[in-house]
Amino acid sequence: MTAEIGQFALILALVLSAVQALAPLAGAWRSDPMLMAVGRSAALLQLLFVGVAFVSLAACYVQNDFSVALVAQHSNLSQPLIYRIGATWGSHEGSMLLWVLILAIYGAAVAIFGGSLRDTLQARVLAVQGMVGAAFLGFLLFTSNPFTRLFPSPPDGAELNPVLQDPGLVFHPPVLYMGYVGLSMAFSFGVAALIEGRVDVGWARWVRPWVLTAWLFLTVGITMGSLWAYYTLGWGGWWFWDPVENASLMPWLLATALLHSSLVLERRGALVSWTILLAILAFSLSLVGTFLVRSGVLTSVHAFALDARRGVYILGIIAVMTGTSLALFAWRAPSLKTGSLFAPLSREYAITVNNLFLLAATATVFLGTFYPVFMDVLHGDKISVGPPYYRMTFVPIFMLLFLLVSFGPMLNWKRDEMSRLLARVRWPAALAGGVLIASAIVFGVGHIVSILALALGAWLIAGAALVLARRWRLGELSLADSMDLARATPLAVIGLVVAHAGLGITTIGIASVSAWQTNKVLSMSPGQSVKLGGNTITMMAVQPIVGPNYEANQARFEVAGPFGVRTLVSERRLFPASQTTTTDAGINWGFFGNIYISVADPNPDGGLTVRMWNHPFVDWIWAGGLLMAFGGAVSLADRSLRVAKVERRVVKPRASGPRGVGPPIAEPPIPEPGVASAEAAAS
Amino acid sequence: MKRLIFLAPIAFFGLLIAAFAAGLGRDPTKLPSTLIDKPLPSFDLPAVRPGDAGLKSSDGAGQPHLLNVFASWCVSCRVEHPVLLQLKAQGVPIDGLDWKDEPTDGAKYLVDQGDPYRLAGNDRTGRAGIDLGVAGVPETFVVDSRGRVRYKVIGPISPEEWAGAIKPLMERLRAQG
Repeated sequence: MTAEIGQFALILALVLSAVQALAPLAGAWRSDPMLMAVGRSAALLQLLFVGVAFVSLAACYVQNDFSVALVAQHSNLSQPLIYRIGATWGSHEGSMLLWVLILAIYGAAVAIFGGSLRDTLQARVLAVQGMVGAAFLGFLLFTSNPFTRLFPSPPDGAELNPVLQDPGLVFHPPVLYMGYVGLSMAFSFGVAALIEGRVDVGWARWVRPWVLTAWLFLTVGITMGSLWAYYTLGWGGWWFWDPVENASLMPWLLATALLHSSLVLERRGALVSWTILLAILAFSLSLVGTFLVRSGVLTSVHAFALDARRGVYILGIIAVMTGTSLALFAWRAPSLKTGSLFAPLSREYAITVNNLFLLAATATVFLGTFYPVFMDVLHGDKISVGPPYYRMTFVPIFMLLFLLVSFGPMLNWKRDEMSRLLARVRWPAALAGGVLIASAIVFGVGHIVSILALALGAWLIAGAALVLARRWRLGELSLADSMDLARATPLAVIGLVVAHAGLGITTIGIASVSAWQTNKVLSMSPGQSVKLGGNTITMMAVQPIVGPNYEANQARFEVAGPFGVRTLVSERRLFPASQTTTTDAGINWGFFGNIYISVADPNPDGGLTVRMWNHPFVDWIWAGGLLMAFGGAVSLADRSLRVAKVERRVVKPRASGPRGVGPPIAEPPIPEPGVASAEAAAS
Repeated sequence: MKRLIFLAPIAFFGLLIAAFAAGLGRDPTKLPSTLIDKPLPSFDLPAVRPGDAGLKSSDGAGQPHLLNVFASWCVSCRVEHPVLLQLKAQGVPIDGLDWKDEPTDGAKYLVDQGDPYRLAGNDRTGRAGIDLGVAGVPETFVVDSRGRVRYKVIGPISPEEWAGAIKPLMERLRAQG
């Protein structure tokens, strides 16, 4: 019964999304407030029904209703409750349901909070969201119905992939999807602006928080995914250039570009068409990510549904959605009003260059990811590119980008002078130079790339700190006056500083672990010791244990290092239901690095094959990622990002105007420099 | 001129979609084996069936045959199994390599499901599987009379694949001697 409720709710949601796609569009065209209001109601009802469907599926899992095929495939009687709930989105069908649910949440957010938008803009945004929703609800119902029954129903189910039975599963997909789907907001706003044929500052102010939200979730999702891979895959890798990782990295790169270009649009009214193009591309790339995982065009560790029919459907969605919006872009964007001009040396210019680098980085990842497809089509070869390709393309682009990052916030809007700019950055530059020379002396020039990256990390962190130092006029004013300025610092500036510093911390982590990690592989018996990275590691005991739905061989180690003695537990787990083994590594987390131990099967001589790594500063990678996201959250909390009240006053009268009134009435002008907001004037 | 720049994204996108559409029809699991036209890597495996001779890489020489990699724990192998039994009934020589499996489990599997194999060896450690480039089970190699790999199937052999690709190849190999 529960499954049928869910099925029925999904069908209703599909119908509602079709209404949401068409009614407000017609309403905006005919200036009909009633029709436009239909869009808002449809968005709210769609959330209700998709929510009902999602809860129904979760309920089927919790009750272990094996007559639902999906539950029988991904759950069994011994599976813990938390992973039965997690299994709701641990399968292809379930994860697409989650995708649609999050889309509905964003759609409802436009309906609820979008009251201050121009009515036609809100209606058109809702219509575009409705179209995306209809496409994916159709995909769900016609190719991947989560509620299909199984007859006869089995007494017990199979099992959720044991690799996925981890707290990571509970958080990683929903967070990442919040990011992926969040970009649909930028897309809808971009397409709606193209339909309207104009972009104003209200548009930019509305888009920016949503881009920031999507970016924030993507950042956390990618960071968590990397951390999860680190501790579950059993050899301590943290990034694999796997197609599906790339599929999350590409939207992230473009969302980062979008974040910066929308800042220029909001403050200066420039980069209008460019921002819209980025919005279209960023969401298209998150659709491509979905296509990648679902279609089997590329084989990947994440690809859990190899089904060509689904691939064709998603490819169709991408072709229609991106194709239509790009055609609309080609048609309407040339006539969009362009904003104020800027000099070759200005903050706008720096952000434009930042965008070009990010786009180039995205293009290299895109080419690397799809190279196998292109080669297969052109030559029939099966080739895939690996880390060496990315080391030669992506890494240099990013290092150049990092070099520019600390200049950006030092530049004035509109125009600036090179000599002044260089004088401003002398302290971070001196520090980075010092780090470069010191590490070259200590480590030699063998790891030149990592040494450069260490210096860049220092440059980023010092550059971020300088933003605050300059704001607070440290050293210029008395300490008390500086304190007053510090208290008045807008949150958006703090967010910028934290995010840029986080980037530096991640860079240092990547540089260290890439160049200076060490490892040992040996057969050990209890009582034996070995030295690794300044630690003495002793195997204490090996014993079999039994978990809720697995059996494991558990090894205990004692790690004696400069900061005391820690006990580590490392397990090799066997899940009998699916005959899968997983590794649960023992990790000694530390500020200066981790000791990472994983065990394999016992050897004939009675010993256990043990692999151990010393990963210097590896935690900095994720700490930096989380800091970046935190910076985004701080920036989002800044009130200046919220939609200004002034727009409501200016724009509202239009809605009550007579039908058929053609030209727009009141329009907030593109702001002159300095009047846009307190933050712009202050930074 | 300015218009042309705005048309660039859609033009580029059109090319991409064409490439994807072409790529979609291809099967990513059809990995070419590096072993094609090379001799079978040498292995000498203990028996799966108690009291049996086991399986050596040189065993099949003199006659084109199939080398089927299977395991008792593999679900797809159970799907493939009836096909193998049919082939045996048609007189096709098939050797079995029981991959990453306990010999007792493998033997029980052959008793329960039927035994299509001429010779069967147990590769408990998966060592021979590594030399063969086995990525998963089932996989099947077509080996010619001089012991060279001529064709590789990843996943279960379907009756269509047998009739369309493998059978004609085996007949050709037999004709060549």
